[in-house]
Amino acid sequence: MKKQVLTFRVNGDEYEILIHPKTLLADAIREHVGLTGTKRGCDTVSCGACTVMVNGMSVKSCSVLAIQCEGMDITTVEGLEENGKLSPIQRAFLDNGSYQCGFCTPGMLMSSTAFLNEMGDKKPSEEEIRESIEGNICRCTGYNSIVRAIDAVAQGKYKEE
Amino acid sequence: MSHKKFSVINTPVHNIDGIAKVTGRATYTFDVKLPGMLYGKILRSPHPHAKIINIDTTRAMELPGVHAVVTGKDTLGIKQGIWRRYEELCDEQILPLEKVRYIGEPVAAVAAVTEEIAEAALDLIDVEYEVLPAVYEPLEAIKKDAPTIHEGVERNINVTRHIEWGDVDEGFEQADYIREDWFKCSGQHHMCMETRAAVSNFTPEGKLTVWTSTQSAYYHQALLAGVFGLREGDVRILAPYVGGGFGGKFEIDSAQFCSGILSMKLHKPVKIVLTREEDFIASKRRTPMFYYVRTGMKKDGTFVARESRMFSNGGAYTGMGATALYLSGFFHSFPYKWQSYRYDGYRVYTNTMPSTSMRGFGAPQAMFCSEQQIDWMCADLGLDPFEVRRKNGHTEGYEVPGQAFIASCGLEQCINEIEKWVKSKGKLPANRGIGISSCGFMSGGIFNWFDSPYSFSSAVITINVDGTVELHVGCQDIGQGSNTTMAIIAAETLGVKVEDIRVHSGDTAHCPADLGAWGSRQTLMAGNAVKMACEDAKKQLLEFAYAEMGINIVYDLDIKDRWVHIVARPERGMKYEDLVKKALRAKDGQRIMGRGYYTPHRKGMISPAYSYMMQAVDAEIDPETGKIKIHEVMTAHDCGQPINPLGLIGQLEGAASMALGYAYLEDMPFEDGKMMNPNLVDYKVIRAPEMPKTDIIEIDTYEPEGPYGAKEAGEGLTNPTAAALGNAVFNALGIQMKELPITPERVRKALAEKKEAQK
Repeated sequence: MKKQVLTFRVNGDEYEILIHPKTLLADAIREHVGLTGTKRGCDTVSCGACTVMVNGMSVKSCSVLAIQCEGMDITTVEGLEENGKLSPIQRAFLDNGSYQCGFCTPGMLMSSTAFLNEMGDKKPSEEEIRESIEGNICRCTGYNSIVRAIDAVAQGKYKEE
Repeated sequence: MSHKKFSVINTPVHNIDGIAKVTGRATYTFDVKLPGMLYGKILRSPHPHAKIINIDTTRAMELPGVHAVVTGKDTLGIKQGIWRRYEELCDEQILPLEKVRYIGEPVAAVAAVTEEIAEAALDLIDVEYEVLPAVYEPLEAIKKDAPTIHEGVERNINVTRHIEWGDVDEGFEQADYIREDWFKCSGQHHMCMETRAAVSNFTPEGKLTVWTSTQSAYYHQALLAGVFGLREGDVRILAPYVGGGFGGKFEIDSAQFCSGILSMKLHKPVKIVLTREEDFIASKRRTPMFYYVRTGMKKDGTFVARESRMFSNGGAYTGMGATALYLSGFFHSFPYKWQSYRYDGYRVYTNTMPSTSMRGFGAPQAMFCSEQQIDWMCADLGLDPFEVRRKNGHTEGYEVPGQAFIASCGLEQCINEIEKWVKSKGKLPANRGIGISSCGFMSGGIFNWFDSPYSFSSAVITINVDGTVELHVGCQDIGQGSNTTMAIIAAETLGVKVEDIRVHSGDTAHCPADLGAWGSRQTLMAGNAVKMACEDAKKQLLEFAYAEMGINIVYDLDIKDRWVHIVARPERGMKYEDLVKKALRAKDGQRIMGRGYYTPHRKGMISPAYSYMMQAVDAEIDPETGKIKIHEVMTAHDCGQPINPLGLIGQLEGAASMALGYAYLEDMPFEDGKMMNPNLVDYKVIRAPEMPKTDIIEIDTYEPEGPYGAKEAGEGLTNPTAAALGNAVFNALGIQMKELPITPERVRKALAEKKEAQK
């Protein structure tokens, strides 16, 4: 198979890259765009470490071909902050100690961000919060500190006036 | 008790690496990319036991893009092991010359321009094997006619351990009630989110630099230098952020060894990252153990005798497994005052992946057997399990005969708190039960069988002209937050703020030697070294302050919150940063440096200090399906003085999730030596919806040997959970679970057996 040109936006910047059609989105982001915040922890779409947002929806970037993302908007963990100002969920993760080794953290943040965006002003139940990160494995924290962080943001604790 | 006013300690702080981790800036070995870097892949044995007759690499070498193919013949053939003071424990050639002993053992490695080409080249390596008979279970492998796995090792017994005190036979004579049980404890995989990974870069100067995911940069420096025939100083280990360890990342792994050999051959950087499947089948695992436990009790619940025999599935090589054998036997006695105690442990080679240390280090298995049997005996005798534990439990000042001295112990308070909590729950609905388990754990091992007889930690600090501090430590942050702990201890000791401290770790070129992260050693051992280094530097600063401030030395000076002052008159003083600037200028450009170290001489056989805890697990079991729902886990915990409360909660919640996984979800079934579930679809770890509430009550104690009274936290809490869940199932359904994990099938089987027995 011949390589193809893929044009997509990552964290607001447009990229044109030449890739093999079998290249996974995760590898396009890490190897071709060079953003290594997005991790990989398995080969079976099970761990969620590679979660990014595609057009605002959380997606495991090892489960889609990069070429399927032609013209789309990708957000990775590097796209959450703005000129060094951290997003509410990033700040909540810091306050709640919602990370330890940090390897699952980028994926966990992207699943949480997509979920919180989807919730809008609606206050999710604890069960809904837990389900929103069901696809992300964290081996260190036991999840409860992550649930507390998501809940704090959902409760408006990090809202800016 | 502490009751000491601290400026920094015991105040929750963000981990000092938090921003790097929540913004994706933290780079791991997985992310390292060097100019001209090649990618490596490893060919692994499909046979559990086979002679290597011939390896032909010709076809692989011909594949365009392949730079090198190596086999055992390209190595020095050194048999290595982590306990290298003992030759017989060094039994593993990574890339073996003569035979393979487990499925997944490396036999050859390829370096190529891409990972895909390296992978394709593996198919072109022709290996001729002579398949040998294999054995997979320790109780089979010790039989006379079992296949020999290592030449000259009789009955495949790799290591034995004997622990004894008191007169055990006499103890059983005195017992009113004796009970014996067999238990089977499963293995568990560390399942670090970052699989084992290394980038090796050997340059024509003859120096090797290795970026790797490690729990101990120092161990890897020494071990890799040994197997490659290099001087330790010519090997530099860089541990960037490490994606988890849990006891699985301080022995040499195939990624480190094979990337090193390939890089030394090619003089180019070579990166190897294990796939999740490779990590499962060909790294190491928690040691599976068979326990025979015989216990003698008085009618009033006094423990008079225990005799246990344990056979562990050692897998193909020794690694850290010898230590798990010892510690399991020691903690099997915990946390009780046995009048007499005897343990015989046998670590048995089998044709399965090697077993090793994992969070809890043999204690979760030991507690699963001990704490359940105690509850069953209490039920048999009509005794209260809380009362019996209180009656026999360790107390301050107790000496485990010939083994350990207990300086601080909050066990009784832990039992009282959990008893209160359990009683507050009242009567539970049908099929629901609360089980308890108590335990304790070490704060670092005293023993060291690596290079020196004692373990050690060290630290160096340098104070910059603006008062900021460079803290160099050899301890390793693997996510547990040790760098933050060290920064807090440094800030408290020097009298500055956490943000004044920059921690340098994970680089053997710049950091002092330290055994690293295992056996819960860092808070106490590295913490003491950091405290001493800071006291050394502070003394130099204060000497200058006496002169500068013109104070009679009968007055004590101190620094707190960046304010240098007379202790008796805190308002009289000067700014810390002014003092530092003047002191440094006065020293002709000399820097103020402090050195600190810690080594636990004459502190018993095991550890200088022990944490204590009790846990309760509230579980509901569906008797039809055998499925378990965990409602809540409650812990009372004595870790001495907490250093960082936020980090402490994280460690304890994390321990609960890993221990619950061990208790009822995570299993590694093997068929003919082949692991049947080497992926994250079939290997079930706990996920967010299953994770219960996990509240913690901290018991206030002060450990005299620890820095500011601190001791172990975070590893020990892996120990009680499986036992507590077993006891919950017993209390709910009256069945005795003797095998881990407690799966629905095993619950159903036990229920059917109970029904059969009642007929």
